[in-house]
Amino acid sequence: MRVGENLNAALGDLLERDPKAYVIGEDVLDPYGGAFKVTRGLSTRFPDRVLGTPISESGLSGLAAGLALCGDTAIVEIMFSDFVALAFDQITNFAAKSVSMYGSRVPMRLIVRCPTGGGRGYGPTHSQSLQKHFIGVPGLAVYEMSALHDNRTVLASMLASAQPCVFFEDKVLYTRRMHDLDPLFSRDALSGGDGLSSGDAISGDENVGGGECDKSDGYGVRGFRDVGVVRDEVVRVFIDDPAESDCVIIAPGGVADRALAAMRRMFVEREVTCCLLVPSRLYPFDVEPLLSTLRNAKAIVIAEESTAGGTWGAEVAHRIHQHMWKNLSRPVALVHSADSVIPTAAHLEQRVLLQESTIYAAILEALHD
Amino acid sequence: MTATDLCTDSTPKAGIARHDLDLLLLIRHFELALLDLFARGELNGTTHTCLGQEYVPVALAPLLQADDYVFSNHRGHGHYLARYEDPEGLLAEIMGREGAVCAGVGGSQHILRDRYLSTGVQGESLPVAAGAALHLRGSGALACVYIGDGTWGEGSVYEALNMAALWRLPLLVIVENNGIAQSTPTTRQLAGTIRDRAHGFGIRHHGVTSLDLTDIRADLTPLLQSVRTDSHPLVVEFVTHRLGPHSKGDDTRPPDQVRALPDWYRTAEPDPLVFATADEAARARVAGIVRDVAARPLSRWSPCG
Repeated sequence: MRVGENLNAALGDLLERDPKAYVIGEDVLDPYGGAFKVTRGLSTRFPDRVLGTPISESGLSGLAAGLALCGDTAIVEIMFSDFVALAFDQITNFAAKSVSMYGSRVPMRLIVRCPTGGGRGYGPTHSQSLQKHFIGVPGLAVYEMSALHDNRTVLASMLASAQPCVFFEDKVLYTRRMHDLDPLFSRDALSGGDGLSSGDAISGDENVGGGECDKSDGYGVRGFRDVGVVRDEVVRVFIDDPAESDCVIIAPGGVADRALAAMRRMFVEREVTCCLLVPSRLYPFDVEPLLSTLRNAKAIVIAEESTAGGTWGAEVAHRIHQHMWKNLSRPVALVHSADSVIPTAAHLEQRVLLQESTIYAAILEALHD
Repeated sequence: MTATDLCTDSTPKAGIARHDLDLLLLIRHFELALLDLFARGELNGTTHTCLGQEYVPVALAPLLQADDYVFSNHRGHGHYLARYEDPEGLLAEIMGREGAVCAGVGGSQHILRDRYLSTGVQGESLPVAAGAALHLRGSGALACVYIGDGTWGEGSVYEALNMAALWRLPLLVIVENNGIAQSTPTTRQLAGTIRDRAHGFGIRHHGVTSLDLTDIRADLTPLLQSVRTDSHPLVVEFVTHRLGPHSKGDDTRPPDQVRALPDWYRTAEPDPLVFATADEAARARVAGIVRDVAARPLSRWSPCG
């Protein structure tokens, strides 16, 4: 199954199970089914709750927040994540703040889906990775789609938190196969807030276990155990013993394939073993469950597609430094795209965006220090 | 009838219902007390009083149902008091004292209670209200959102009106056109008219110039009923007047100009004795509430809920 199909099925299941759930966005109706076809078929099955809107990102996000305020479940599709800038007020000043600014917790079941990232030649206003602009907003969580996380679980986790979530979906993943890993690699999962889960390698859709409620966000989300959802799972991909890897790479879903390609080359060409950690939730970020994996690494690299400056990786690196500064042989290395707009022409775009080779070079440099 | 006509109207009017008069005066004295507290340095932050506009939410109060959502704005004390008659809770909220509606976190312009919500960014609440109207559609309840003339500068207003008209949402937009957006006269910030803008979306517009609660309610009752039963948006524009500063001590208008503006306070109750008695009772009530709330312990809240 492709990642886009997995997400489509997850949205369909959600609409099926939750009669108060809405999917709202531009051009999401059949037969078009969304700019990336993620909503295909949904409006046919649920004509009253899949709403094709005017080109009004602020308006449709506010409308969704209004539904969430009334106790409904609202999933917004922003056609290209770049356009979420038009909804920034509704997301940060209304939806996120409403969770706590009225003195007691107000549940807001709102997910803003953002097809994101470059590599498709769409140019400066259709290729960005804007995750960093939503980091550190009280009451707002940031998630990223990955081919290693089942979207049913991710959607359920976001909704169980009952706070607004921005879900970044790297566009190149939609056509990638779910859980498709080179046989060189093994995988397991670390569950947020509870340290290590079973270290047994697992694959496919079985990757759902019984995790702990994450208490570090201070909200003490209740009912999580009841729905049997692993919250904020970090998928770990490794060669041999993950706790004894030479280098640990932390990268969100959209960058995971580039990190895996760098890992593979690093092993084949230099017999260097790397372990990749792919978090589902980027913010708030729990570093504690990762510490046992990070402890023995000679180098830690955080990779993301965002352009330079004020990055998510800087936030994560700071958290790791706080926990491990005395044990680190060198600071955590950050790799990201260049400090530039994202050009349209393929040869120029490639020069700006984070590549497998960027990650490879960063690992090499970190290990040679 | 225009507001100016009303000031010079020689036709004797029946007295205003005592409950309405008490509510109007409660809001008036509440707002005056806030300005007084600010002047004495006893309030933190800022506030926006609705002096002169109190009759708008009082007129609407009996027309709104408990299951209607009401979305207010930065100038929302009157909206809250007209719905809940809870000056103690609101003052405690503004003063950060025990018994505050929102634990003192929201303050003057961020209040949530049951189906009432206010927030402080212009135009932000209109799409949210459209969402609430979508939720309510077909139930007989409506979503009412208060905005000002200045709010019409925000693009979100038009995005919401467009969806409300397209999807036939029971959305009631109450415009308090007080002729001034903070310090900018409406004539310098709004091209065309609010009526034409509403009509541009095929949305009904009703203008209100009267200050008389009975007249206003008589006009609005069938219109609001139609929003509920026929499910469509409606814009009601009150031509009203802000008699106080935008927030505190920041009124750049000449005092004479402000004094000449129509004020229900001078005209609502024709019997001077009845008025004086009610006025003094409201003044004393608010003074007592100020003493009580100011003596309370500070409100408590944990950022982690």
